[in-house]
Amino acid sequence: MLEIRNLTRRFAAVTAVEDVSLSIPAGQLVGVIGRSGAGKSTLLRMINRLVDPSSGSIAFEGRDITALAGAALRRWRADCAMIFQQFNLVGRLDVLTNVLVGRLNRRASLSSLLGRFTEAERALAIRTLDRLDLADTALQRAETLSGGQQQRVAIARALMQSPRLILADEPIASLDPRNAKVVMDALRRINREDGLTVLCNLHTLDTAREYCDRIIGMQAGRVVFDGPPAALSGEMARTIYGVGEAEQAALESVTSTALRA
Amino acid sequence: MSNAAAIAAASVAADPGAAAVARIEALRAQAAQARRKATLGYGALLLLCIIVAAWINEVHPRALAAGIPRIGEYFALTVPKLEWAQLFAGPRTEGSLAFWFYRADEWGWLLLQTANMAAMATLAGTLGGFCLAFPAASNLAPRRWIYVAARRMAELCRTVPEIVYALIFVWAFGVGPLAGILAIAIHSVGALGKLFAEVVENADMRPVEGVTAAGGNWFETVRFAVLPQVAPNFLSYAILRFEINVRGASVIGFVGGGGIGQELYHVIAFNYYEEVSAIVAMIILCVATIDLVSEHLRHRLIGTARI
Ligand SMILES: Nc1ncnc2c1ncn2[C@@H]1O[C@H](COP(=O)(O)OP(=O)(O)OP(=O)(O)O)[C@@H](O)[C@H]1O
Ligand SMILES: [Mg+2]
Repeated sequence: MLEIRNLTRRFAAVTAVEDVSLSIPAGQLVGVIGRSGAGKSTLLRMINRLVDPSSGSIAFEGRDITALAGAALRRWRADCAMIFQQFNLVGRLDVLTNVLVGRLNRRASLSSLLGRFTEAERALAIRTLDRLDLADTALQRAETLSGGQQQRVAIARALMQSPRLILADEPIASLDPRNAKVVMDALRRINREDGLTVLCNLHTLDTAREYCDRIIGMQAGRVVFDGPPAALSGEMARTIYGVGEAEQAALESVTSTALRA
Repeated sequence: MSNAAAIAAASVAADPGAAAVARIEALRAQAAQARRKATLGYGALLLLCIIVAAWINEVHPRALAAGIPRIGEYFALTVPKLEWAQLFAGPRTEGSLAFWFYRADEWGWLLLQTANMAAMATLAGTLGGFCLAFPAASNLAPRRWIYVAARRMAELCRTVPEIVYALIFVWAFGVGPLAGILAIAIHSVGALGKLFAEVVENADMRPVEGVTAAGGNWFETVRFAVLPQVAPNFLSYAILRFEINVRGASVIGFVGGGGIGQELYHVIAFNYYEEVSAIVAMIILCVATIDLVSEHLRHRLIGTARI
């Protein structure tokens, strides 16, 4: 259970996230939508504390997250794995090492720094890659993979963290429709099979409708919609994206990631 | 209202983008003018500084004119008397190459010692610079004061000339290569620390965010997200430093820091003109060879770097 209360974050003049309160039960796949600058990234980055809140609180299973520091903070970051739009892999390292980075927090630092991982850890990493159909790329440099493959490596790295929660910031925004589908399918699978809570920023309405159990709509830092996909009316979507009716029809088809026959 | 202004006003009304163009163009013109003023101002200041510096250093055109021929005189004194007929004769025959380089074996040994000093100092400087670079990079420094301390430390190492360090160490450890190595190493720590830090500041931060978000601590972030990016450039700078240090090590002997410099100082002080030219020729040959080899190495490295 993730409990967010009156969360606010200000950057100089702009209030990126304003007074957001949410409670997300374990195992949900939640999509966060909203136009550019609505504060979606800021919200996610506050949850794993890459950005610190200006006020408000975040609690995970009763524990206050906003006050963590040092080793406890790193431990929390390992618990809520982050997936980025730009993948954020280390391009010059091989895929296997990139995946093993997800293990750093669960092991002794000194042997990590020497680049020594145990056979069991490597086996787990390869198994995780295999789950995502990537085992054969394990020894390739990460920068040589395609975007969709890189994003799946990032998901493998996230899984290696044995996380309680997965935060995905526009995981498919730099992918073509086919790769977008592969990545979203992978996210849904780990949500269903591992029972992981997934919080996912999305740019495309129909992806959110298709994959999510619950949709949160943000506008100018505030939550303006929170409910199941079925409850998201066309009018609501127009409010969230701040567009007219004709524009919305165009929007849904332009931003669609669905592959229609 | 003039005709042109009327047309402009009408076009603004018709095209809302025109207002933005006008606004930005006005700002740009303003900025350009400010830049021009600054360039003029600093240019005048620079000229003034040059004049003052020349005056302080007694750089008079007349002194220059009088001194330049004397450079030639000294040069002429050091030119060996070589004779075609005896060029390849033994070291006891005056006018032969072997006679000019009659102590080539000793000098060769000293040159080897010099290169060795440079290598040791570069190794130590690279290690020190490596340790300083990450805290001294503004994008990675964990705390502001650590950053400031690391930067100042590098500056301290860098701004005091090698010769001064060498004098101190000669006093402390006695005449010899150890003092020279320490002096050059400390200077290298400062220079490489700064260069390395700048490489780190140019590194791609997305992998850093990736490793941080996975729960990695600072050392793990540096090791896994930054080091793979910067390693080729570090190596290339270290090799460049080695080139510089070979030259530095050749003169550090002037103050007792060991190597060929000590010998060069000796022959200069005693006016053994032909030996001066022989040693200088050997130094130039040696430094040029090392430069060529290391430049080749560096270019191959830069090919693999990607910043
Ligand atoms: N580090 C920062 N410094 C200053 N302003 C920021 C910073 N990060 C975000 N903002 C501002 O906060 C607001 C929300 O940004 P955020 O990145 O959360 O939006 P977003 O919903 O993720 O947008 P997008 O869909 O384009 O990614 C924006 O106005 C942005 O300019
Ligand atoms: Mg964003």
